[in-house]
Amino acid sequence: MSLLSSRNRKVLVDPLSKSNPVIILVLGICSALAVTAKLEPALVMSISVIVVVAFSNVIVSLLRNTIPARIRIIVQLVVVATLVTIVNEVLKAFAYDVSKQLSVFVGLIITNCILMGRLEAFALGNKPWPAFIDGIGNGLGYGIILVIVGFFRELLGSGTLFDYQIIPSSFYEAGYENNGLMILPPMALIVVACIIWVHRIMNKDLQEDNN
Amino acid sequence: MENLINIFVKSVFIDNMVFAYFLGMCSYLAVSKTVKTAMGLGIAVTFVLLVTLPINYLLENYILKPGALAWAGESFAELDFSFLSFIIFIAVIASIVQLVEMVVEKYSPALYDSLGIFLPLIAVNCAILGGSLFMQEKNFLNIGEATSYALGSGIGWLLAILGLAAIREKLQYSNVPGPLKGLGITFIITGLMGIAFMSFLGIKL
Repeated sequence: MSLLSSRNRKVLVDPLSKSNPVIILVLGICSALAVTAKLEPALVMSISVIVVVAFSNVIVSLLRNTIPARIRIIVQLVVVATLVTIVNEVLKAFAYDVSKQLSVFVGLIITNCILMGRLEAFALGNKPWPAFIDGIGNGLGYGIILVIVGFFRELLGSGTLFDYQIIPSSFYEAGYENNGLMILPPMALIVVACIIWVHRIMNKDLQEDNN
Repeated sequence: MENLINIFVKSVFIDNMVFAYFLGMCSYLAVSKTVKTAMGLGIAVTFVLLVTLPINYLLENYILKPGALAWAGESFAELDFSFLSFIIFIAVIASIVQLVEMVVEKYSPALYDSLGIFLPLIAVNCAILGGSLFMQEKNFLNIGEATSYALGSGIGWLLAILGLAAIREKLQYSNVPGPLKGLGITFIITGLMGIAFMSFLGIKL
């Protein structure tokens, strides 16, 4: 068996577009919107989520035959909470500034619906290796949206990327101004709505029939 | 007393869970198709926040905080358990939700029928855990302030979901562009509502 059989490749690639957790399944919106005012916290958040989803998928998948069905939610929450605690401590140690910016949203990875969704839908019924791939795929799908939103909000809102000035100062002299609205929380929703719009124009089969 | 009312008003309008922090978005978007179900979920969220936040406040201040265990004796005064807070908070929330579900089922079947399906969902609603984590950051002086914050956040969430559900019911009669139907337009409405709520930001309490 090669490293990525065709089924595993499908598991990895599907969440990037066709079944993207954020814009198709509407999971994990809370944090996707709150941390995207700048690109750097968005990137750190994506990496944290990828790590937590992948490893919690593996752990739950290993335990899947021993967890009693009635208390599985609590078991899953404990596994996730442990991993998030580890991520939080690592961030505090090596990326203190970003960890301050993310504040409570690192803790809120625990209740990120992507995690519960993947654990319930995939890890409980699959072997560890596909579960790991599924976790990476969904984490990446989530990360892509975060990075796109963070890119536009930081570029249009502050004229910077990763805190480096991108818009040249001659633009400002010619009368260009940063769009302060992009930094405010509600604009995150509207940027995501635009991503959904473009994505559904390209994938006609995903459009919904009613409002 | 004045202080409690300040915290309450602030958490309903200015620090609104949905519009300022995007907490509880998943169920907010999924369960806002009709006003009736939105009301049920909103009440359930308010109720669970009101129960779990004071409990977590006590845990935080008497067990988890650095030096919080001083009441147990000299040798405990140095301990810092704050790294355990995520696990403890989520465990409290998950078990309280389970308990509330059982109690409501036994004593008020009518309420259980209307809330029943929402209760298990609430354990993974970010608004609940978010409330506890914000409580940790805000350093409330006493349990009264924490309770007032819990009530305010819950009612703010309830207001937000009711508003969205009402708009979505009306929206059925409008002609939305195909690719924006459903999810897309809901995001835009929430964004516009958020901009409206931002006008409360200037209020100083």
